[in-house]
Amino acid sequence: MLIAVLSGLIVSILYVPFGKYLKGRLSICVSLLPITLFAYFASFIPSIRGGNHVTFHYPWVPSLGVNFDFHLDGLSLLFSLLITGIGSLVFLYAAPYLQGHRYLDRFYAYLSLFMAAMLGVVLADNVLLLFIFWELTSISSFFLIGFNNDNADSRKSSLIALGITAGGGFFLMAGLILMGHLSGSYSIQEMLGTNEYLKSHALYGWILALVFAGAFTKSAQFPFHFWLPGAMKAPTPVSAYLHSATMVKAGIYLLARLNPVLGGTDYWMYPLVIVGGLTMLYSAFHSLFRTDLKAILAYSTIAALGILVFLIGIGTPESLLAASVFILVHALYKASLFLTTGVIDHETGTRDITQLGGLRKVLWPLSIAGVVAALSSAGVPLTFRFIGKDLIYEATLHTQGILPIVLTAVAVLTNIWVLYAGFLAGIKPFAGALPERYAHIHLPNPLMWLAPLLLALLGLLFGCFPFLVDGALLNPAARAILQAPIGTPLKIWHGFNPVLLLSGITLAIGTLLYVIRKPSSHNLAFVERFNTLSPRYIVGRIARFAKVISRRYTNTLHNGFLRVYLLRIIVFAVLLLGFRLFTGGAVSLTLNHLSPISAYEIIVAAILIGAIFLAVTTPSRLTAVVATSVIGYCICLQFVFYSAPDLAMTQFSIDTLTVVLFVLVLFRLPPFLNFANRSTRLRDWTVALAFGAVISLIAIQVLNQPFDEAVSRFYGDNAYTLAKGKNVVNVILVDFRGFDTMFEIVVLSIAAIGVFSLLKLRLKASEKE
Amino acid sequence: MNSSILKTASNYLLPILLLFSVFLLLRGHYHPGGGFVGGLIASIAFVLHGFTHGTDATLRLLRIHPGVLIPVGLGLAALSMFAPVLTGHPVMTGLWIEEPLPVIGLIGSALFFDLGVYLVVIGVVLTILFTISQYSE
Repeated sequence: MLIAVLSGLIVSILYVPFGKYLKGRLSICVSLLPITLFAYFASFIPSIRGGNHVTFHYPWVPSLGVNFDFHLDGLSLLFSLLITGIGSLVFLYAAPYLQGHRYLDRFYAYLSLFMAAMLGVVLADNVLLLFIFWELTSISSFFLIGFNNDNADSRKSSLIALGITAGGGFFLMAGLILMGHLSGSYSIQEMLGTNEYLKSHALYGWILALVFAGAFTKSAQFPFHFWLPGAMKAPTPVSAYLHSATMVKAGIYLLARLNPVLGGTDYWMYPLVIVGGLTMLYSAFHSLFRTDLKAILAYSTIAALGILVFLIGIGTPESLLAASVFILVHALYKASLFLTTGVIDHETGTRDITQLGGLRKVLWPLSIAGVVAALSSAGVPLTFRFIGKDLIYEATLHTQGILPIVLTAVAVLTNIWVLYAGFLAGIKPFAGALPERYAHIHLPNPLMWLAPLLLALLGLLFGCFPFLVDGALLNPAARAILQAPIGTPLKIWHGFNPVLLLSGITLAIGTLLYVIRKPSSHNLAFVERFNTLSPRYIVGRIARFAKVISRRYTNTLHNGFLRVYLLRIIVFAVLLLGFRLFTGGAVSLTLNHLSPISAYEIIVAAILIGAIFLAVTTPSRLTAVVATSVIGYCICLQFVFYSAPDLAMTQFSIDTLTVVLFVLVLFRLPPFLNFANRSTRLRDWTVALAFGAVISLIAIQVLNQPFDEAVSRFYGDNAYTLAKGKNVVNVILVDFRGFDTMFEIVVLSIAAIGVFSLLKLRLKASEKE
Repeated sequence: MNSSILKTASNYLLPILLLFSVFLLLRGHYHPGGGFVGGLIASIAFVLHGFTHGTDATLRLLRIHPGVLIPVGLGLAALSMFAPVLTGHPVMTGLWIEEPLPVIGLIGSALFFDLGVYLVVIGVVLTILFTISQYSE
């Protein structure tokens, strides 16, 4: 299992050295990976039938509670099969679609990485592991969306997608940690046992808000939906993969997975139903005004995601079964429509719906795929969506508490618009007369039209024979969401009832709408007038505002003058330390505890003071440097007096080297000039004296505290017994605090690399001149 | 710098200081000293040589660029940090050879860690100083 999840990761790493050999005809070989994985996951179908589950445990960081714990139940299996199944088709489809592309190897590397991340999300049982994979999907989708990186729009869209989803991920992390902390375990299965405690805890509201923030951003719920239409800048196979079966469904998966842990309360239900309902209506309505095929599909995808959130929010067994049916249905027909669109775009060079028509004459197998998928999305009887739609209506009609009429109305309205969008994307390009300029088009590589056709026909097959997937996949999935058995099997025919009536109304109005209403760019212009109110615009404004603020902040605080930095740091330290000193109780200035002062200490102190005066008054830089080093040596002597030989030795060498360094740098500086006027000097004097006074006061204060010997006694006692060393200082450096030393030498190395590259690069530049 | 006294002296001081730095490195576990100080002393030896004979002459004497010492030292320190993992101990456990060796004394993973620190310090100090001094010239 671990290998299955991580195989995509391994393949994408292997692409770094071997990618260039797999660019040409061999590129199709990589499709073996998702196909094998699909077969592997399909082999689990018998073992999870009837609500069983399989778990895998691989220790990783047990001390932090992070393990490779995988949990495979109906829900995970449904998603795993979608990810690998649609993944296989997308891998196969992309080979001819991007044939000869310069970065085909990168594309497959990103895609494999993304697939691995998605599998990790849906299989992880440990919430921290889930979060790691969750972030990995955000990052790999960033690369996929911005794949056409020479296009500015594409780069911007991928940044927006990353910003929104990773921002949400941040909240999700807080939510998951909170959950794990409160329930005492980071395993979702173990959290099931403490769900009552979580739900009654005072922080329950916070957990919900944080988890929702993560799920809504990922699943493009209103008002975070705008990254999804932007993500259509990606190559079409990517859109098909990300937006039908994977990326955006991750949020849905999370809500479904956490439903038994957090769900079942009003605080869970109302936000989901309201946000889901709003998203459904908003985006289904928006899809009416688009003329770009992919934009239409994008908005209808958001609507579908809204429906799923809405269904999970309702939370009855019927609605959860409807949700799991709809997850499968939507993946099938939406991927099919996306892939169809991809072929149309590839062959005609346009996705503008007002330009396209009559393509059935030249792309006939594709037209079957498109029409079947469109009928599927409409929920015509005998398609799988018909069953799904009936279940949705049944779920909304049978709700208690919240008004069934309102919910049903929302569902019907959304379904009508989604149907219209589906017809527009699946039927419109193939219907009508074929424009002259497309007469020469011929069918592309069979892989490209077989993939959408297969998906569309699968939708039809499951619609006619729902028992094929019901007991094996969908029932266990719904069961996993509810954590209770669900009795009702899927049926094609429910008899004459209000649900059938609603289905009929949806179909009739939707078809009528399609016949009457013609898409035009005029409509698009109409909606764009309201752009200033859209969340996308508002977030854009916020981002620009943040940029302005940070520029001002940077210009004021980081103006590039070392003296200003130093002054600010010291003034701040004086204020902070001074405040703490004078509010922390009485300051005692008794000097009784100090050891007697010897003659040579007085001599060293006198030299020290003399050196200080010389350093601040001398007009020569070199003298100032030498004076400072005298100060340093005097301090070293103090260390020697108080028997700290290691410290003294190190300080002596450092001082020597510092002088050398100073001399080398000073060599390059212009002659010393005194720019400071009287008031600047006065200010510097004040700050310096204040800082000195505060530090001296603190030093005296510290000496008056009783000395805690616990730490030094520990090292004294254990240095030899544990680390076989008699020099405690060195034992601390290389053994007790060895990690610190390790990181310190790493920091030193980075500093050296920094200096080296800065100066050498500048040398190169000056050499060129 | 054209002082023939200093030039002659630095020729003799270089090996003596280097020997002293190794001495400090080895005795560090029992007496004042250690990798950090040892590295600093060794760098001072080279810097002194560089001052009198010119940076290029010192670099020729070194044969390798001092920057090379940085990855070598870091690698050595990291290796001695993770070596205990191979024998089933947690990271950074001190491993020691039972019998003390002549001159050097007891050998343990801490000594190699310190040697890593020593090399990194020489590498860092010399890289920074020599780069700046070449830039100044």
